[in-house]
Amino acid sequence: MAEHALGSAPATGVLLSAADVTRVVDRMAHQLIERAAAASPGAPDGGLSDLVLVGIPTRGAPLARRLAARVEAFSGIPVDVGTVDITLYRDDLRRQGVRALEPTLLPAAGIEGRLVVLVDDVLFSGRSVRAALDALRDLGRPRAVRLAVLVDRGHRELPIRADYVGKNVPTSLTQQVKVRLTEIDGADEVVLLGGER
Amino acid sequence: MKRHLLEAADLDRADATLVLDTAAQIDAALAGREVKKLPTLRGRTVVNLFYEDSTRTRISFELAAKRLSADVINFSAKGSSVSKGESLKDTALTLEAMGSDAIVVRHSASGAPHRLAHWVRGSVVNAGDGTHEHPTQALLDAYTVRRRLGRLEGVRVAIVGDVLHSRVARSNVRLLHTLGAEVTLVAPPTLLPVGVGSWPAEVSYGLDPVLPKSDVVMMLRVQAERMHASFFPSAREYSRRYGLDAPRMAALPDDAIVMHPGPMNRGMEIAADVADSARSTIVEQVGNGVSVRMAVLYLLLGGGVQ
Repeated sequence: MAEHALGSAPATGVLLSAADVTRVVDRMAHQLIERAAAASPGAPDGGLSDLVLVGIPTRGAPLARRLAARVEAFSGIPVDVGTVDITLYRDDLRRQGVRALEPTLLPAAGIEGRLVVLVDDVLFSGRSVRAALDALRDLGRPRAVRLAVLVDRGHRELPIRADYVGKNVPTSLTQQVKVRLTEIDGADEVVLLGGER
Repeated sequence: MKRHLLEAADLDRADATLVLDTAAQIDAALAGREVKKLPTLRGRTVVNLFYEDSTRTRISFELAAKRLSADVINFSAKGSSVSKGESLKDTALTLEAMGSDAIVVRHSASGAPHRLAHWVRGSVVNAGDGTHEHPTQALLDAYTVRRRLGRLEGVRVAIVGDVLHSRVARSNVRLLHTLGAEVTLVAPPTLLPVGVGSWPAEVSYGLDPVLPKSDVVMMLRVQAERMHASFFPSAREYSRRYGLDAPRMAALPDDAIVMHPGPMNRGMEIAADVADSARSTIVEQVGNGVSVRMAVLYLLLGGGVQ
């Protein structure tokens, strides 16, 4: 993507404040409602009971729960949430070594034939998403899979793109995007670290 | 985690807990799935090197490796170059030259896996060596106790029977102690090893006083193949004094469980109705064995330790 060209990277600092995170999550929730309604016109539930938000641990999981809570707050229709652990599906095991596993939890109704939206905090190389797609394939056959991320920082290594993006941030490879969420880190914030040129 | 799993003492509390937690996550991830297979160890080779007969341990390791998509080679000493006189070292180097990443070894000689670990570059997992250790059995036992009782800290475990010849008992005493459980060994004096006083466990010669204060009773197999001396007067007398039958089971606290590493001698150390009762975890232990061994293989083979 053109706006991710090197050299346009902003300096280190706060990308999203706590209030920004709340606003961005609200906007993404509205977009989910809109597109679900557009996909099933005339449905009394706006196509939302078909939807499953599946978070990728660690921070995708609370993010998915938040999105679901906001969708329900705006539409009045409860949305299923789950998490899918990708640790055992990673392709960088030899290089990165083992890590602790996180739970995989799916709603009782499963994902078979439903619309799954994968939720993650940062979209970077796309390898986590690939691993999540492989994990989903072993769990069932969704009608379609979409991707929602809080921050898209570019530098994809695979042909993967997000359908819902909280914020596009052009970065350099030496920089780090750090998402902090209240559920895990005690506060909401997205910061850009290191690699100033 | 160390590179090898040779004895229960290789695991400190954090490592042991990591294995149990990983096994629990794998269990949860695979529960109710049609495809019980993960791509994690694709392209790795695990060799099951078995110099002693085994059904459940070998099949359990094989299944664990296959569920993680590793390639598995089963090697048993019978019908192989071992019968032509090849040494353990040469066999191991041959297998490694063919590209094995891990060797799961069972051997009748105590310490064989330790020797093996010095010769090969891959990981070595001890699947039972002589009368020494059987660490993955201890891990699956601990996992079973934690699943049933919800905890290990402070759990009172009685290990009953042939402690002298039992690698399961050795590994369990060490691991359960590491994880905070209180172990009591119950056996006739002839079936207790020299130096048992230095083990982190209590010792009792009688079963009946121990039962009311046990949360877990682990019965050991009377190993006929190792009974070369008169350790007890008769099988009948042993069974009377140390066998777990229904009246003895009734003396246990309400939520206590009965375990056995298998294969069991029904009517000898454990009565058939006890083995088949709701308290018995014997079949559960076998199922848990696969998850625990998957966790061990994943943690040992899943790339360098961070």
